[in-house]
Amino acid sequence: MAIYGSAILAFSLVCGLLAGRLLGLACGIDANVGGVGIAMLLLILITDRISHAAPLDAATQSGILFWSAIYVPVAVALAASQNVRAALTGGPAALLAGAGATIACMMLVPMVNRLGRGDAADDGDHHVGRARDRRQS
Amino acid sequence: MSDPWKTLTDVVDPVLSGYPLITALAVVGAVMAASNWASRRLTAGRVHGSAIAIFVGLALAYAGGRATGGKQGLADIEWLSGIGVLGGSMIRDLAIVATAFGVRLDVFRKTGLAGAVSLALGLFVSFMVGATVGWAFGYRDAVSLTTLGGGAATFIVGPVTGAALGASSEVVALSVAAGLIKAVLCMTLTPLVAPAIGLDNPRSAMIFGGLLGTTSGVAGGLAATDERLVPYGAMTATFYTGLGCLVGPSLAFFVIRSIVG
Repeated sequence: MAIYGSAILAFSLVCGLLAGRLLGLACGIDANVGGVGIAMLLLILITDRISHAAPLDAATQSGILFWSAIYVPVAVALAASQNVRAALTGGPAALLAGAGATIACMMLVPMVNRLGRGDAADDGDHHVGRARDRRQS
Repeated sequence: MSDPWKTLTDVVDPVLSGYPLITALAVVGAVMAASNWASRRLTAGRVHGSAIAIFVGLALAYAGGRATGGKQGLADIEWLSGIGVLGGSMIRDLAIVATAFGVRLDVFRKTGLAGAVSLALGLFVSFMVGATVGWAFGYRDAVSLTTLGGGAATFIVGPVTGAALGASSEVVALSVAAGLIKAVLCMTLTPLVAPAIGLDNPRSAMIFGGLLGTTSGVAGGLAATDERLVPYGAMTATFYTGLGCLVGPSLAFFVIRSIVG
């Protein structure tokens, strides 16, 4: 049943967020440290463990896949509910600080990517083709 | 004789305002459809439909902010308040976690070290850029400079750092604006720079997430580039804000104070 898939997903997120809060508490801050990341690991581990016994049936999978498939529209709604006006009227200091940090960090991606390249010899396996090719297929 | 406009709103209002999430799904679906059409017809598929949709979303958020004076973009218009639910942290986090379904664990493990390096480097660079810009604009005290640095990290790290250090409300507002600029630029620039910085595989997506860190920016930017990269970028980005709130009022403040005296 689709609800099983959604329930596994929801359970993973709740546990991950709780763990993230606890991690924040342990560090002495009122913030969630890695909750979503822990939830992702949980989802992978739980679905992997279940499918060892018997493969997840299509209906159960659809309860997870729907939320994954709706990701881009969610990101559009996220964009539409940002405080863009405050960003654009924050003045030159805010603009320079935000833009400078964004561009500097983007330029660092290739540099960090070269670090420890040796431990990822089979990178080609995971290479993702250009999105446009997928769209047309 | 009743006012026809009032009659109309009496009919429409309970539906659109009473079913906010449903209205939002319909509106976002229409934005997606229009954007995918524009991608095919106006750009011959060269600009990703998702990238156009996210840009349209940001433009609508600006228009909503102008119209209402609120902080939630389009979601501050009452009939469209569901946009804030659909794009809020609850559904966003659920959708991000769902994208990890079917991902192989060893990809995370192999890039773990580079991911951790990118987190530390991303925070360091953001604090330094923010503080340097603050210095250039005449701020000389370590509290203000660290708060601005936190804002250059994310729009949450800035105010959290500012509150912990006792920064002025003017500086805190500036740090939030800097963080919002970063989120907006991250959503719009990422699809444009992705080919140049090699952002086309899980490894570089994890590094990207750690370096940029702003959850909404990374979430939107990767969605506009290639949604299959989302779980990898989100995995590292999810540690960024927490880590930033941790080092902002402590390590970053001590380092900046030791530099400016």
